[in-house]
Amino acid sequence: MDPAVAGRVTSVLPLKLSGVGLTIGQHTLLKDIHHTFTGSSISVVMGHNGAGKTLLLKICHGLIPPTAGRLQWHRPARAKRPCVQAMVFQRPVLLRRSVEQNIRHVLKAGRIAKSETGRAVQQALAMSRLTDMASRPARQLSGGEQQRVALARAWAARPEVLILDEPCTYLDPAATLEVEQIITAFYDAGTKIIMATHDIAQARRLAGEIILMHQGKIAECAGGHEFFGGPCSDQARAFLEGRLWTRGNSI
Amino acid sequence: MNDLGASFATAFRLLLSLDPDLLQIVGLSLYVSVSAVAIASFLGMPFGALVAMTRFPGRGALVIVLNAFMGLPPVVAGLFVYLMLSRAGPLGDWGLLFTPSAMIAAQTLLVLPIVAALTHQTIGDLHIEYDEYLRSLRMGRVSSVLTLLWEGRYSLFTAALAGFGRAIAEVGAVMIVGGNINHVTRVMTTSIALETMKGNLALALGLGVVLLAIVALVNALAFELQRWTRQWQGA
Repeated sequence: MDPAVAGRVTSVLPLKLSGVGLTIGQHTLLKDIHHTFTGSSISVVMGHNGAGKTLLLKICHGLIPPTAGRLQWHRPARAKRPCVQAMVFQRPVLLRRSVEQNIRHVLKAGRIAKSETGRAVQQALAMSRLTDMASRPARQLSGGEQQRVALARAWAARPEVLILDEPCTYLDPAATLEVEQIITAFYDAGTKIIMATHDIAQARRLAGEIILMHQGKIAECAGGHEFFGGPCSDQARAFLEGRLWTRGNSI
Repeated sequence: MNDLGASFATAFRLLLSLDPDLLQIVGLSLYVSVSAVAIASFLGMPFGALVAMTRFPGRGALVIVLNAFMGLPPVVAGLFVYLMLSRAGPLGDWGLLFTPSAMIAAQTLLVLPIVAALTHQTIGDLHIEYDEYLRSLRMGRVSSVLTLLWEGRYSLFTAALAGFGRAIAEVGAVMIVGGNINHVTRVMTTSIALETMKGNLALALGLGVVLLAIVALVNALAFELQRWTRQWQGA
């Protein structure tokens, strides 16, 4: 385990969402979300396109303010360490710089002490197996490598919560496996993971807790075993069986 | 057509002889225009980036004004600086009229809208791409601007080159605020204008060829520099 994060108490958690909703113009995109994210498991948000997965994650990360309800961290982020959470997007957003410079940029934003920067960069490169590519231009790497740079950046910031928005959508199985190994490493180091995916197999491999979104609401929330063992809601059964569920009718 | 042939011969002779007068004129031209572009970039790039990255009332109008001022006639810019710096003007006490500093001020005024408007365009596109990333890092305004300026460095370099092209080629502004004083404020374009009026068409055109050659050389150097850094840093 990374000594820097070992023994740390993830004290920003639990994150409590009470009646969170998002309405833009006439459209209600999220409605009445009640959930508590605790620090003990990997939470996987599932659902079809447009179910509201990405919006929910962005609200959790503070990129979008909810228009209803409230979002409550157990302890507000300290001013000294603004990056208690990190987010990795569906398409990696990399700077037009080398892999190493990308990581350094995050460290600068996270106001990590200069004396620690070198070691943090080396650690992040090593854990994402990018050490050999440190000086390569980040945007010329393959899709899988780019997503690993995004994860290395997140690792360097040492977040207490890591939010991932379908990080493997554009990746092949081998690259997906590498990304999942890194996610597991985050989890082992004590980082809370909140991740969106619509890959059922991936959810089965990683999830401690499943939140199934349907049309902007939480359709079902259960532990991984229970969810895949026998979900309660019709939507969840339809989702797992690959049936389409629209307006209360399954096709 | 004789003039055309003669002018190329003159241009070659001027270049090969390394005439000290010519070297002084070329040196002053480069000094004035490069300084103006440097000052305009230093002010205009952060300004253009800030306008691209923030929403405030009147922003649309500001962008229109910036774009319109890209077409500011050099004589108007020169006239404005002249009025500012003339004995009776608000900055008359500085005694800068008919000095290279006044010429730099006038060309800065010309280049500033070009650099700011092109920066606004470039950074606007980058901001769409990086907005969530920067907010995700909880980055402050200043760091965000600096990050995007660095991300847009290749396009911004081209914007600065466009500004340089404008500055080195204009004659109206430097003529008005510089006065084309021999050995003091005479630059390439004002010499060309003077020689034309004196009827030395071959010499004037020869100077024109030299001016073009210098501009081409500067652009070639810039292009190579850009290619070289791109190779090392990737984009």
